[in-house]
Amino acid sequence: MTGDNTLHGPARTGGDGVPRRKIAINADTTPWYIYAAIIIFGVAAPFIFPAYTTQIALLWLMILFALTWDICGGQMGYNSLGNIFFFGAGMYISAVIQVGMFTDVGTYTSARGGEQLVLDYGDYFFSLFVGTIAAAIGCVVLAIVLGRIVFGLRGPYFAIGTLGLALAARELAGTWEWIGGGSGIAMPVYPGQPHEKSVVFYILFLLLAVLTFVFVRWLYATRFGLAINAIRDDEGKAEAMGIHTLRHKLVAWSSAAFLLGMSGAIFGNLTGFIEPLEVAFPAATFGIFMVVMALLGGKGTLWGPVIGATLFHIVKEVTWTYLLGWQWVALGLLIVINVVFFQEGIMGWMQRKWPERFGITVDQRVSADKAGEEASR
Amino acid sequence: MLDNIGLLTLAPVLNIQLLLDGLFIGAVFVLAAYGLALVWGVMNVKNLAQGEFVIMGGYFAWHLGTLGVHPIASLPIVIAIMFAFGWLVYETIIKYVISRDLFTSLLATFGIALVVQQGLNLAYGPEVRTAESGFSTHSLFGGLVTVAEIKIVSFCLALGLAATVILFMKTSRMGQAIRATAQDARAAKIMGIDTERVYAFTYALNAAICGAAGVLVSMIWVIQPFYGIPHSIRAFVIVTAAGLGNIPGVIVAGLGLGVAEQYSGFVLGLEFQQATALILLLLVLIWRQVQLARYRQVVQ
Repeated sequence: MTGDNTLHGPARTGGDGVPRRKIAINADTTPWYIYAAIIIFGVAAPFIFPAYTTQIALLWLMILFALTWDICGGQMGYNSLGNIFFFGAGMYISAVIQVGMFTDVGTYTSARGGEQLVLDYGDYFFSLFVGTIAAAIGCVVLAIVLGRIVFGLRGPYFAIGTLGLALAARELAGTWEWIGGGSGIAMPVYPGQPHEKSVVFYILFLLLAVLTFVFVRWLYATRFGLAINAIRDDEGKAEAMGIHTLRHKLVAWSSAAFLLGMSGAIFGNLTGFIEPLEVAFPAATFGIFMVVMALLGGKGTLWGPVIGATLFHIVKEVTWTYLLGWQWVALGLLIVINVVFFQEGIMGWMQRKWPERFGITVDQRVSADKAGEEASR
Repeated sequence: MLDNIGLLTLAPVLNIQLLLDGLFIGAVFVLAAYGLALVWGVMNVKNLAQGEFVIMGGYFAWHLGTLGVHPIASLPIVIAIMFAFGWLVYETIIKYVISRDLFTSLLATFGIALVVQQGLNLAYGPEVRTAESGFSTHSLFGGLVTVAEIKIVSFCLALGLAATVILFMKTSRMGQAIRATAQDARAAKIMGIDTERVYAFTYALNAAICGAAGVLVSMIWVIQPFYGIPHSIRAFVIVTAAGLGNIPGVIVAGLGLGVAEQYSGFVLGLEFQQATALILLLLVLIWRQVQLARYRQVVQ
């Protein structure tokens, strides 16, 4: 620890050592042309790279994952390892609703995919729409009910509890025969061509990711955003200041659940087949990716999860198949290195390096980088 | 499901089988949980790689078994290897996360867990293995209850190991230093204890205990590269239920978990056996929270 940071250090820094006090509100200072470039890329991508439509659609899904994880993990300081629960729950809710609209779910699943549900365009999209909305609402209800239980847990207990939640859901979904058990449910068949299907789902994922980004951008700039930041910095003090912490935590978690539920419903329809271990509750893949991506980009920042997700997804898609089984070892090493040696992430590092570009005024009396980091420990 | 409960009341001998199997496997859970309690209590690191260390120890025993070493004879070798491995992991990773927030240690050890399980998968493949110990199996009550000798041997070994570790912690110089560091690291440092070394030793000791537990698991049960996570979760359930530094509590909770898993596996079906530890974990966490809420009200 050096010099005069004792006066200001801890109060001015968030958990990740980034000076925060002078950010009046989490205002977004991103120039408009970046947004324009992303929108143009998003719209044009399926026409420029038709062979990679699904991969780019998954990129939008990854961005959504990282952004929704960051609502609780980065902005509120509640590091969940089980957000994948809502992805799977949404998938199953939509599957049950969509199948249930046309036939009896129990007999459909007991046929073990023997009969496929073939629908025309109108029915298909109507059921997809209803299923997605039901998934979102169902996940919000689940988040509120379960949130009352898990939000009593603090710090690592919260992480372990949510991980347990996701793993338990995965085990129980595998034993519940009505929803197909371990052998899963086949979703309704898309009525058109495969390529057309991938474009349709690309558009859905793009819209969902844009919706998520606009939502969190708005959310972080409101009073609510400041309140959840206060919970992250010191929950006891936040409560003493009159913030109803449980209500804020529930709203933050259920908004993440809302978006994750919708993404799960759409992803289930894209894959066309749902089973608990690999598709609905992939706690060891998507469930961990969302944490890694948010950390890599810089948790607690608006753009960090987007950058982290993009980088992670591109590197993963390019190198994954060449690593011949070593990819998981590499992922583990990446987690370790990222968490232990580079926890501030890319965005956090850039904000520390060039604070004025992000609209942060640094108080010169505090040598923000090292001193703040040391003091907050 | 109800049929099986009826079966238990009709043939009470089956209860003995379930109880015995539960206790035998529970003794191994106790070892891993004790290691976790040690690391958690002394250096405040929540080691999610606990189960992976267990499985790693099991694979070493199995590997030595293919080279002609009897699993029980391989116990000291595995303990030595795992001790060195634990020290290495400490020096490269854990050293940097001790002073950080708790989520950091959780995620870092999760990364270690991922590396270990995938490394084992690459080295040994995904098949389910058992280390052959060559002991026979006894039947009691006219064949209704079977007891494998190896389970009794492993139970005794687990008890012996646990007793050794507890004695070591109570009497030896290093054990005293570890306990002093757990109580107050700063004060221990002032008294001239090299806390860095204590941390390294504690983590290495934990890895060694897990490795020993793994040898026992490989003899009485099965090992597979991805079976580590359930072991980690069990260790967390036991430690959370018992509370830190409560050795009798850890022993009771560990044996109890072993029995609970056998019963739920028998009554609800084998597929629920995996979920038992998870559901118990959630219940224990909720229960702790209710306790805390009550405590807060008392304080108010």
